[in-house]
Formats: sequence, C-alpha cells, structure tokens
Amino acid sequence: MKSKISLLIAVLFFGWLSFCFSGHREASWPLPQFDGYLLSILILIGINIVSAVSLNLVNGHTGQFSLGHAGFMAVGAYGSAWITLIHGKEILSLMGVFVSMPAECLFLIALLFGGLFAAVTGLIVGIPSLRLRGDYLAIVTLGFGEIIRVILQNSDALGGARGLAGIASYTTLGWTFGVAALAIYVVGTLVNSTYGRGFLAVRDDEIAAEAMGINTTKYKVVAFAVGAFFSGLAGGLYAHFIGYINPEGFNFLKSVDVVVIVILGGMGSTAGVTVAAVVLTLLNELLRQTEQYRMIVFALLLIVLMILRPQGLIADFGRLLPWRRRA
Amino acid sequence: MEEASVKLLELTDVTIRFGGLVAVSGLTFHVNPGELVGLIGPNGAGKTTVFNIITGVCPPTSGSIVFSGVSVGGQRPYQITARGISRTFQNIRLFSSLSIFDNVRTAFNLHLKNGFFGSVWRGGSFRTEEAEVRREALELLEIFGLAAYADLPCRSLSYGDQRRLEIVRALATRPKLLLLDEPAAGMNATEKLELMKLIQFTKERFGLSVLLVEHDMKVVMGICERIAVIEYGRKIAEGTPAQIQKDAKVIAAYLGEEASDARS
Repeated sequence: MKSKISLLIAVLFFGWLSFCFSGHREASWPLPQFDGYLLSILILIGINIVSAVSLNLVNGHTGQFSLGHAGFMAVGAYGSAWITLIHGKEILSLMGVFVSMPAECLFLIALLFGGLFAAVTGLIVGIPSLRLRGDYLAIVTLGFGEIIRVILQNSDALGGARGLAGIASYTTLGWTFGVAALAIYVVGTLVNSTYGRGFLAVRDDEIAAEAMGINTTKYKVVAFAVGAFFSGLAGGLYAHFIGYINPEGFNFLKSVDVVVIVILGGMGSTAGVTVAAVVLTLLNELLRQTEQYRMIVFALLLIVLMILRPQGLIADFGRLLPWRRRA
Repeated sequence: MEEASVKLLELTDVTIRFGGLVAVSGLTFHVNPGELVGLIGPNGAGKTTVFNIITGVCPPTSGSIVFSGVSVGGQRPYQITARGISRTFQNIRLFSSLSIFDNVRTAFNLHLKNGFFGSVWRGGSFRTEEAEVRREALELLEIFGLAAYADLPCRSLSYGDQRRLEIVRALATRPKLLLLDEPAAGMNATEKLELMKLIQFTKERFGLSVLLVEHDMKVVMGICERIAVIEYGRKIAEGTPAQIQKDAKVIAAYLGEEASDARS
C-alpha cells in the first residue's frame, strides 16, 4: 500500500514537472489563470514548503537544532544565479543545438548546482559542528549563517551589498511545486524506511542509537546535507522568482521564519510542516491589511497557537489518514 | 565450557580514569562463548562503567579489550555493536517517540544494504529487504510475546515489557554477547522470576553469551554460571555462585549479613 502511495506521489511529481516545462510564467491548464499577485503567493508558498520540509529533516526528525538555514538558501540562490546570470548565455548557446528547451535545462542545471553547492557547504559546516548538541549547535549554525551573509556582502564578484539584479524569471508554479513534491517525497520516504528510522532514533536517544549500531555522526551529517541541498533549491527558486537577491535577504530573521514554520507545523511531521508553510505564508499576506500592526498580530497568533497546540498544528496527522492507521 | 577454550570477550588490565578518580583499575576478566557471567559489586563499584568501557561509550585509559580475537578498545559504540556486542540500559532507553516495531527495526540498521538512495528510490531490493526486516522483527517480538502490540507506541508498555522490548531490540542487532545492565531493577518477586527464565531462554534460543550486572542476589546467584565481584573498580573475587557466597572478601565488601542469612 505504501509503495503505491509513493508511486502516486512520483507520478504526480513528474506530471508537475512536464507541466512546468510549458515554459510560461503563468499557470496553464489544468489550473485556472491566476492573477500575478495570487500566483506569486502560491510560488512563495511552494518555496516555503521546500525550505521548511528540508529544515524539518534536520530540526524535527533528527533533532539537531539548526538556525543557519538562510545561509544554505543564500548559497543556493547565489550559486544558481551565478550560473544563469554569468554563464547563462554560453550554456544557452551551447545547449540550443542539442535540446529543444534550453532555458528549462539551464534552470535545471542552475538549480542543481545551487543545491549541490549548498549540500557541500552543509557537509563542510556539519562535520565539525554536529559534534555539538542543543544550544551549542544552534549558536554555531547561527554563526555560520552570518558568516555566509558577510562573505556575500563583501564579495564584489557577487555584487557585494548591492546584490545581484536582473536574474531571469525562470521560476514557474510548476517548478516550485515540482521541487516541493520532490522534497516531500524524499523526506517522507526516507523517514518511513528502516534506514530513515535511524534519524528518529538519533533524536530520541543518541546513546541508545549508537549502542544499537547506528553511526549517529553519519546520520546527522546526512540529514544536514540533504536539508542543505533542498534549502539550496529553495534559494534557487527564490532567486529566479524575485529576480533580485541581496545578502540582507538571507539574514538571521529569514532562518527564524523557517524555524517558526517547522515548530508551528510540528517538529518531525512533514504533513504538519507543509500545512504550516501554507498557513503562515497566507497569514503573512492576509495581515497586510493591518499594516504596521502586522508583526504584532502575527506574533500574537504564534503565541496563541503555541499555547493551544504546543505539539504543532497537526503533529498526529498520520492518524487521520486511513492508510496510516495501521502503522 | 572449559577455561582453555577461545574466549569471546577478554579484558586485560583495563583502567579508566576520570580526572583524578580511578573508576576501574587493572580489571582483568573474560567471558567464554555460551557462558552466563554475572558482574556484581556494591553501589558505585564501577559495574556500569565496565559496561560503558566494553561498549565503547567510555574508551579505557589503558588496557586491552579483545572481542572474538579482535581488539575493540577505542572503537566507537556502533562499531562495537557491529562486531556483536549488544546491550540494554540500566535506565530504560527506548526510542520513546517510536512504535514498538520501529524500536526493533531501527536496530536492524546495522545489517541493511539499502542506505539513503535505496530508501528514497524504493526499488525491488529495498522492498525485499524491508519485508525481510519486518518479518524478522515481528518474529523476534512474537518470541517475547510483544508482536500483538507491534504498532503501539513503546511508551504504552508496562515497565517489565519495556525491559523486555529493550532485550528484543538488543537481539535485533544479532549479537554474540548480550550485556544486561540491572534488568531486574524495579521488578517485583514474580517479575524477577519471569526475568530469570527469560534470560536463560534467550541465551539458549539465540546461542548467546550473557554478561549481567545486577544488584539482586537472588537473580544473580540463581542464573549465573560464574560471577566476578568488583569493589572500588578492582576485581576482588571471581568464581561460581557457591564460591562467591563463601568468599570472605566478598562478604566483607558487599554481601555482609545478607550472605549469612542466605546460608542459614
């Protein structure tokens, strides 16, 4: 039964992917025509799903509290923008000969490059810092995020504090939700396998996990690298959606935004975090009417939600699904 | 089992210091294949520390640990578990957010062929392996009478059953030597009797050697073939339960009046 569901997810994912290759920024059939504002909210929702689901693998499933998520997003955003902006023309002319959709291929290459670059950064940061626990790890990852930002601010090749402008708008609804589906699929299948239960074991009791033959360091580093990879993808999508990135956009507060989604959705619940990403992104937009009080209302809602649902919005989502009731 | 046969686990002159404190000093001791050995001593004698040394949680300051002819001193706990030493904990350390089944299958990780990519790709070999793990885990749970509750959260089990589940989980790593850290702690007389039967059954059924740390003298004297006594990190006696009960040093150090009661 489970494998059928994963198959379904895979089919849906490839459906989205082919759909997104239609090449228009606006959504086409089977979705209705959205106006630009609604479309941009939907894309933001998708990007937030990607970054929250991937952070959840680190913070929620593996229990390693990281506050440096924006750093990985920045690496992915700059990495992918570097490809499309600086090498875009060469690659396009090179590929125009071989493939029918050079722009999409270029974007795919750029996204993957950004993601992999972020994953490698994740490895480099993770291997030394994952020896630390709890608060200490949080501080180290926080520091890492700031380092990335300061480096970007001072690197003239990447625009310095002015940032990079004029990034091509490759991000479509299809791309965004294709990547979101991929993130959900990877994290979901991973955690629901015998191998992936190791992540949860590491979170629950590191000493016992180690005594049961689980290489806890390796698990933590893998979680960190996978999380970084998808944050990198989220960053790439963001860069090619907004069209302009600067280091300030990936500051500490950006990391906190994602952490808030994860905590609100329920640490370790992929479904909960996905819903929270939708709810919080929408909430952010709905509260625009309250103007300067927006952040106050936002914070109050968070406090109320945390009091009412400390375990997250739908931490026990699995029980609601008929095919999970057995497990 | 003869003394001369190949030893399964051999500690030679093992010492561990925590700063100025010598927790275990010059400990030499062994476990033969198929043997049930007890390790006893007063509170703070260093019993659990010995466990932590054997399982790699605290690497010894000096001395050698040889398991099945391979030196395991200084290896990480997961590597030592992979060699065939598995343990339970004095304070139950189950994976509290996982189901009973998941607790057991996590311990199969060691033997998995499908890692990260296999688990995401979910190909044929992954599904075969996953089904195999499920079958084996349920079989183990069945033996210990826990299969009916496999999908319940492990927290819902009674205290005795949680200890049982810890043993099942330890067995899932397919050990040659099982270390039990105070399995009878907090049990009543009936539960203790059941536990003794369970330990002996486990040992026979899976062909294991067992090293048992226990405070409860009835349990230790009842099932151990050989007992080592430590006090202040030093071994003060070793022998059969009958020998230990008569040992003057042991009586002085530990058993005291209880021992004379036991004999009368």
